Amino acid sequence: MTWGQLAALAGLGAFHGLNPAMGWLFAVARGMQERSRRVLLTSLPPIALGHLASVAIVAAVVSATSSVVAANIVGIAGGAVLVAFGLWRLLSERHFRWAGMRLSNTQLTGWSFLMSSAHGAGLMLLPVLAATPVATGHSGHVAPAGLDGTPLAALEGVAAAGIHTIAMFAAMAVCAVLVYEFVGVNILRRAWFNMDKLWAAVMVGAGALTIALTA
Amino acid sequence: MTRWTPDPTFYPTPRDAAGAPAEQLAYVAAFDRSARQPDAIAVVDTEPSSETYGRVVGWTDLPHTGDELHHFGWNACSSALCPTAPHPHVERRYLIVPGLRSSRIYVIDTKDDPRAPKIVKEISPEEFGASGYSRPHTIHCGPDGIYVSALGNGTDGGGPGGIAVLDHTSFDVRGKWEADRGDQFLAYDFWWHLTRDVLVTSEWGTPDMIEDGINPELLLGRKYGHRLHFWDLAKRTLVQTVDLGDQYQMTLELRPAHDPSREYGFVGVVVSVEDLSASIWMWHRSDSSGGYEVTKVIDIPAEPAATEDLPPALQPFGAVPPLVTDIDLSVDDQFLYVSCWGTGELKQYDVSDPFHPVEIGSVHLGGIVRRTPHPSFPDERLAGGPQMVEVSRDGKRVYVTNSLYGSWDDQFYPDGVGAWLAKIDVSAGGFAVDPRFFPHGDEFRGRRVHQTRLQGGDASSDSYCFPSA
Repeated sequence: MTWGQLAALAGLGAFHGLNPAMGWLFAVARGMQERSRRVLLTSLPPIALGHLASVAIVAAVVSATSSVVAANIVGIAGGAVLVAFGLWRLLSERHFRWAGMRLSNTQLTGWSFLMSSAHGAGLMLLPVLAATPVATGHSGHVAPAGLDGTPLAALEGVAAAGIHTIAMFAAMAVCAVLVYEFVGVNILRRAWFNMDKLWAAVMVGAGALTIALTA
Repeated sequence: MTRWTPDPTFYPTPRDAAGAPAEQLAYVAAFDRSARQPDAIAVVDTEPSSETYGRVVGWTDLPHTGDELHHFGWNACSSALCPTAPHPHVERRYLIVPGLRSSRIYVIDTKDDPRAPKIVKEISPEEFGASGYSRPHTIHCGPDGIYVSALGNGTDGGGPGGIAVLDHTSFDVRGKWEADRGDQFLAYDFWWHLTRDVLVTSEWGTPDMIEDGINPELLLGRKYGHRLHFWDLAKRTLVQTVDLGDQYQMTLELRPAHDPSREYGFVGVVVSVEDLSASIWMWHRSDSSGGYEVTKVIDIPAEPAATEDLPPALQPFGAVPPLVTDIDLSVDDQFLYVSCWGTGELKQYDVSDPFHPVEIGSVHLGGIVRRTPHPSFPDERLAGGPQMVEVSRDGKRVYVTNSLYGSWDDQFYPDGVGAWLAKIDVSAGGFAVDPRFFPHGDEFRGRRVHQTRLQGGDASSDSYCFPSA
C-alpha cells in the first residue's frame, strides 16, 4: 500500500466514524442511560469491531479477487456495484430497521456489523482497494507487495480494513466523548447533517472514479 | 425527500422538548355519530395573538362515512433521533388517522397548507385486516415503523386485539407485531420504555363488547379488561402480565415517564364495580423481583346523585361514577392530568413523587349531573365532560374535548353530548379555563370531537431516547 492509499483509508475511516448512525451516538445514549462514562467508553470497541468485520469482508474479497482476475475487470464491476448501491441509497427513503437498545457487547458488535453493511461502508473503500494491484512495484510502497498475485492478498485487504477501522474508532471516540462530556445531545438538532445523502453521493462518485481509473 | 438537517420538532431529550415553541394550531378528530356526514379533521387556531384564536380555521372532510375517528398520531416524532435506527431527516408532516369503527386508516399531509390538510393515502379495511386485526386505535411513531394498536381480530369482531406495524415510508401494512402473545386477548392502548426494550399494553374490550354501547352484564360480570401486559419490544414477546383485580374494569390510557432513565408510568382505570370509583395506578420496575409491580396511587370516589338526575343506565346506582377515561402526563413528568368524564372534572396532580400524587388543581366543565357551563357561556349547560386531554410540550396549556365514544356518549348523555374543545391554562399556582378559547356547538358542524393533536408534537405524541440529565 502506498502512503496515499493509507491516507485515503484513514480519511474514509474518519468519515465513517463521524456519522452518528455508525455508532458513536449509540455509545453516548448508553452512557447517558446508565449515567456512566465507563459504559460509553466500553461501548466503543464492540462497535468498531462490528464495523471492522463489515469492511474486512468486502476488502478481503476485493483484494483476493484482484489478485487472480484482471484488475480492470474488478475495478469496473466493483465500480458499477458501487454506483448502483449509492444511487439506491440516494433515492430510497428507507431507513435501517432495528428495535431494541439493551444490547450485550456481542449484540452491539452484531448491530454495528449490520448497520455498516446496510450502509455499504466496505464498498466505499473499493476505489482504494482496487487500485492496490495496479500499484505493485511502485516505489512508494509502505510494505512489500509480495502477496500480490496470490489468494493471500486477501490479507492485505484485511490490513486495509484494520487501518480504516482505527481511524473510524478514533473519530467515533472523539465525537462521543465531546458530546457526552461537553456539548450535550441538543447539538444533534442543528448539527446532524444528513450524512446518508452525502454518503450516497460519495459512493456514486467513488464508483465512477473507480471505473474511470481502471477502464 | 428527506431534509438536510433534522426536523426541528424532534428533540433528543424531554427537557429539550419542554422548551419547544408554543403550538400555532391544533388538529381535532371530529366524527358524525349518525354516519350520514363524513368524519373530519378540524383545525383550530391556538395562537393567542391571532384574530381567529380559538376558532375552527380549517376543515378536511374524509371521503367516506361511518369511520368514527377517535385517536390518531404523527408519522414521525422525536424517536427518529434514537441511535439504533436513526432517521432524523424525515419530516413530521403526516397524521395517521384511523377510523375506529370502519378499520380504515387515512394518511393526511399537513405540510403544504397546515390549515387545509390533504388526504394522501387510504389504507382500506381489507388491507389493514391483512395484519390480522381490525378497529385500529392508538398510533405511536416507533424506532422501526409506525405501531398501531387494534381492538379486534381481522374477521369476526372478537379477539385477540393487538398491534400492527405500518412501514415508516410507504405506510403499507407490514403485519402483526406480536411474535408470542401468551394469553393476552383484550387490547386497547400501548406505549413503551424505548431504551429498556419494554412495550406496555392495556385492555378495554373486543369490538363486540363495546360497539353497541357498554354492556352492563359484561361490566358487572367483570368481563372488560383489568390487566396490564409488559412485552419485550425487541423480541416481540409477552414477558409479564399484572392483574389489577377484576373489580377494576377497563385499564385504558398508558402514560410512561418521558425521561428514558425513569422506568414507571401511569394507567387509568375507568370504574370499580364495587363502588363505581375510578383509580390511577402506577407501574414501576421492582428492585427485588426485576419485574414490574403495579400500585394504586389515586382513588376518585363516585358522587351520590338523585335518581331523576341520572340517565337510565346509572339510575340503579344512585351515584355518578367519575369515569376516568383519559390521563396525560406532562413532558417533564411533573404533572398528571386526569379526565373525569362522568363528574365533569379535570384534575391536576403533582406527580414529582410518582408513588404519592398530590391533587393541586381542578376545573369543572359539563358532567352528567353538574352540567357546569364554560365561563364565557354561562347560560349553556354543557353535556359531556373533559375527556381526551392533551398537554402542550411546555406544559402550560391543556386542551380537553368532550366525547368518549359514540355509542357510550349516548348512554351517559342521552339528551345529546354536543361538541366542545376547552383550554386550561397552567401557571405556577394557577389552573384556570381560558375564557377566550372555546370552539363548540355549530363550529364543529354537527360532529362530535375526540382526540386533539398539537402541531409539532404534544405530551402524548413523542418518545425520547436520551435522558434529560
